[in-house]
Amino acid sequence: MSIIENVIKIIIHYFPMLLRGLGVTLELSAITVFFGAFIGLFVCLLVISPIKILSFLGKAYVEIIRGVPLLLQLCAIYLVFSSVIGKFAATAVALILNSGAYVAEIMRAGIQAVDKGQTEAARSLGLSKMKTMIKVILPQAIRNILPAIGNEYVTIIKETSLAMTFFVGDLMTIQKEIGSVTYLYLEAYIAVGIFYFISTFTLSKLILAMERRMKRSVGYS
Amino acid sequence: MLVIRDLYKNFGKQDILKGINETIQLGEVVSIIGPSGSGKSTFLRCINLLEIPSKGSITCQGQVIFEDGKMAKEYEINHYRQKMGMVFQQFKFFPHINVIDNMILAPFQTKKMTKEAAIEKAKGLLLKVGLMDKMVEYPRTLSGGQKQRLAIIRALMMDPEVMLFDEPTSALDPEMVKDVLNVIKDVVYMGMTVVIVTHEMRFAEEISDRVLFMDEGKIIESASPSDLFHHPQHVRTQAFLSKVL
Repeated sequence: MSIIENVIKIIIHYFPMLLRGLGVTLELSAITVFFGAFIGLFVCLLVISPIKILSFLGKAYVEIIRGVPLLLQLCAIYLVFSSVIGKFAATAVALILNSGAYVAEIMRAGIQAVDKGQTEAARSLGLSKMKTMIKVILPQAIRNILPAIGNEYVTIIKETSLAMTFFVGDLMTIQKEIGSVTYLYLEAYIAVGIFYFISTFTLSKLILAMERRMKRSVGYS
Repeated sequence: MLVIRDLYKNFGKQDILKGINETIQLGEVVSIIGPSGSGKSTFLRCINLLEIPSKGSITCQGQVIFEDGKMAKEYEINHYRQKMGMVFQQFKFFPHINVIDNMILAPFQTKKMTKEAAIEKAKGLLLKVGLMDKMVEYPRTLSGGQKQRLAIIRALMMDPEVMLFDEPTSALDPEMVKDVLNVIKDVVYMGMTVVIVTHEMRFAEEISDRVLFMDEGKIIESASPSDLFHHPQHVRTQAFLSKVL
C-alpha cells in the first residue's frame, strides 16, 4: 500500500509545515468564534427586538448571509478589504460576518425554546421585560444554546479551509504546497484531512464533556 | 377594589369572553366555576393582563389599568402585577435556580426588599408550608404538590393585595391536592382578596364569599356559595352542577 506509506512519509517529512498550517487554521477559527459570538449576540438582539425595523434588519442579515455561498462572501469581502487590511484579516472578517448570522440564529432559537410559562410567571411577579430576560429566560436559554454553538465551532474549523482560496497559510494551503512539491496530491489531501479530523474530533469530545459538566453543575435535567 | 367592565376577548375568530362585568371587593374571596372552555382561565389571565383583552376596562383601586385597547405603561403594569400574585396550574417554578433563589428573585429584583430581608421572609414562609428542608434544592427534585406550595409562597413574597389562582390543583396527583388546598386556605384566612378558578367544588363552597358560574364566555350566575350550590337559579348552572356534584 504505497498510498499509506506516502501519507506517513508526508506527515513525518512535512510535520512542522503541517503543524504551522494547523496553527493558522486554529487561529483563524478562534478569531472567528470569538468575534462571531459578539456579532451573533448583537444580531440576535436585533431579531428578537420588539422594534419592527430593527427586527427586520436582523432577519434580513441572517437570511442574506445564510442564502449566499460562503465562498462568494469570502471572495467579495476579500476583493474589497484585502488591500486595506491584508489577506488574513479580510478572510477573518468574512468568516466572522458569516458565523455571526448562524450564531444569531442559534441564540434566537435557544431563547424562543424556553417555555413561555416562564415569562408569564416572571411577569406575573411584576418583573420588567428586561429583568425577565436577564434573570429568567437567558440563563435557561444558555442550556439550549451552548451545545449548538459548540457544533457551530466545529463547522467553522472546517469552513476556514475555504480560506485557502487566498493562500493565507492554513492547512489547505499547506496541502497545495506539499502537493506541488511532491506531486502526491491525494496523499497530501489525506494527510491534511487527518489533521482536520483530529482537531474537530477533539473539539467535539471537549464540547460533549463540557455539556455533561454543565448539566451536572446547573442541577436540573 | 377591582372593577371589570364589559370585558371581551377573542383569539382570532373565536370569542372567549363576551362581556364580563364584575366587581371584586377588598378582602372578598371569589371562586369561578364552570365547564372547560367557558373562559374562566382567560378571564383570570385578563385580570393581570397576561392576556390582553380585546375590549372593555379594568380598574384597580381607582387606577385604570386597561381601557378599550389602551394599556397602562409598562412600569405601571409591573407595579400593578406586584400587587397581584398569580398561581398557575403548571406551577411555573424557575428550574435553573434553587428554591430560596426562586423565592427572593422577584422581591429583590424589583427592589422591594433587600436580599437579607427577602431571605428572612422566605424562610418564614417555607417554615409555614413545611418545606424549610427544601431551601437549597432545585425544583426538579420536588414533587408537584411541593412545587405548587412553593409557587404560592413565591407569589406571597411580594406581599400582594390580591391572589389569583388558576386551577391550582388540576395538575396534581390526588394525594397532593389536600396540602395545596390547605396552603390556599391559609391565604384566605390571612384576609387577602382571592380569586380562584377551580374544579374543587367542595373547596369552593367552603372558602368562598361568592361563587361565579361561567359558561360560554359569560358570567351566568353570581351568588353566595350556599345559594349557588344548593339553590342555583339558572338552568345552565343547574345542569352543570348536576353533572359535577
